[in-house]
Amino acid sequence: MEPWQLEYAPILIFFAIAGGVAVAALGASWLAGRQKPDSEKGAPYECGFDPFGDTRSKFDVRFYLVSILFIIFDLEVAFLFPWAVTLGKIGLFGFWSMIVFLAVLTVGFIYEWRKGALEWE
Amino acid sequence: MVELLDGVIPPLLWRVLLIVLEVLAIVLPMLGIVAYLTYAERKVIGAIQLRKGPNVVGAFGLLQPLADGLKLFTKEMIIPTQANRGVFLLAPVLTFGLALAAWAVVPFDEGWVVADINVGVLYLFAISSLGVYGIIMSGWASNSRYAFLGGLRSAAQMVSYEVSMGFVLVSVLLMAGSLNISKVVEAQKEWGWFIVWQLPMFVVFVISALAETNRVPFDLPEAEAELVAGYNVEYSGMAFGMFFLGEYANMILMSGMTSILFLGGWLPPLSIAPFTWVPGIIWFALKISAILFFFLWARATFPRYRYDQLMRLGWKIFLPFTLLWLVLVAGALELTGKLPNMGG
Repeated sequence: MEPWQLEYAPILIFFAIAGGVAVAALGASWLAGRQKPDSEKGAPYECGFDPFGDTRSKFDVRFYLVSILFIIFDLEVAFLFPWAVTLGKIGLFGFWSMIVFLAVLTVGFIYEWRKGALEWE
Repeated sequence: MVELLDGVIPPLLWRVLLIVLEVLAIVLPMLGIVAYLTYAERKVIGAIQLRKGPNVVGAFGLLQPLADGLKLFTKEMIIPTQANRGVFLLAPVLTFGLALAAWAVVPFDEGWVVADINVGVLYLFAISSLGVYGIIMSGWASNSRYAFLGGLRSAAQMVSYEVSMGFVLVSVLLMAGSLNISKVVEAQKEWGWFIVWQLPMFVVFVISALAETNRVPFDLPEAEAELVAGYNVEYSGMAFGMFFLGEYANMILMSGMTSILFLGGWLPPLSIAPFTWVPGIIWFALKISAILFFFLWARATFPRYRYDQLMRLGWKIFLPFTLLWLVLVAGALELTGKLPNMGG
């Protein structure tokens, strides 16, 4: 195996064990508990009423808006990670390049703010 | 022992076996710690509210978590008829599994780490981001309105605070100069704990950690009064237990991250005699406990935020502030020539 594979192998094993523990707990509980499903138990909970309509209906568009904004800023963070670690090596040019990039994003952020994309009534 | 078995077991298998043992040495105590965190929470909140907390099962109620666990274990696991069964069951496994798997890169003491990868901080950030999938999957698969709304709210809340958390991480990395977690801790030997330099970021990080783990005062996804229990309303028995344990495991993980990034991980407060006698893992555990206590304290003290307040805090206060601070830190380091890895 390559050295980097050896470095990451424990993570793979960790995932397998963590997942295994979770599945085992669920499975064992499934066997240990008495399962007696009926139609009332299986109905979605809606404070004792019969459920009105389907759950998969329209919901507020703001949730989309938040996730789109999140993608933009999270990408920004992803660019910042390598920059932060190597800033000592790339010198002033690297520093100012990132500042320009951040400035462009800040302009976009101010625009979103002014447009009311961050409001939540 | 190792030499004795050298010829009997092939080296690769031996190595894998060793890793499995290491992983189990983390996972099994973690399960116990999570269980007793729920006990600690009830005791602490009880004390704050001048009650006794659990005191019936065992001495001082010490067996209460076991009794609770056993009860959840033997309960019926109801899967709603309209639910997507596969996704419905995968969601709690994912939530709990991720909360455990994140510990793969956390150093408990100098060199005490299962996987000493050179992008450890990134790994932690990625795993804690993945937590949102478990929640949105449960909200979607339950096919219940309360669960769906709770899942949506929770997802929006978690991603909102993750952005500022990312900026906080980057401003710490600027001073540490490495993505390897052990090196981040080592860097605090020279700098002193990063909390001294980055106190505002520490505050932002702890508050974001509360929001990321859906804890009071940001527990809107499970606001009992409006959403009954949020994304996990349809879950029962051990499936619910997985969510519950996952939430507490995440709390411990977030406290661990906070102590690594700001409180010097396993380092003693001062590198002089009485402090250095105590092993690093004890310091690490003490720091985690202190932050966990703050989490519990916050739960007993603060009323719940409104959703618009929560979003405003995340997007309009934390995001611009952390961005500004990040630029200030980078500028100050660049000006004073204190950046790590200078030249070359």
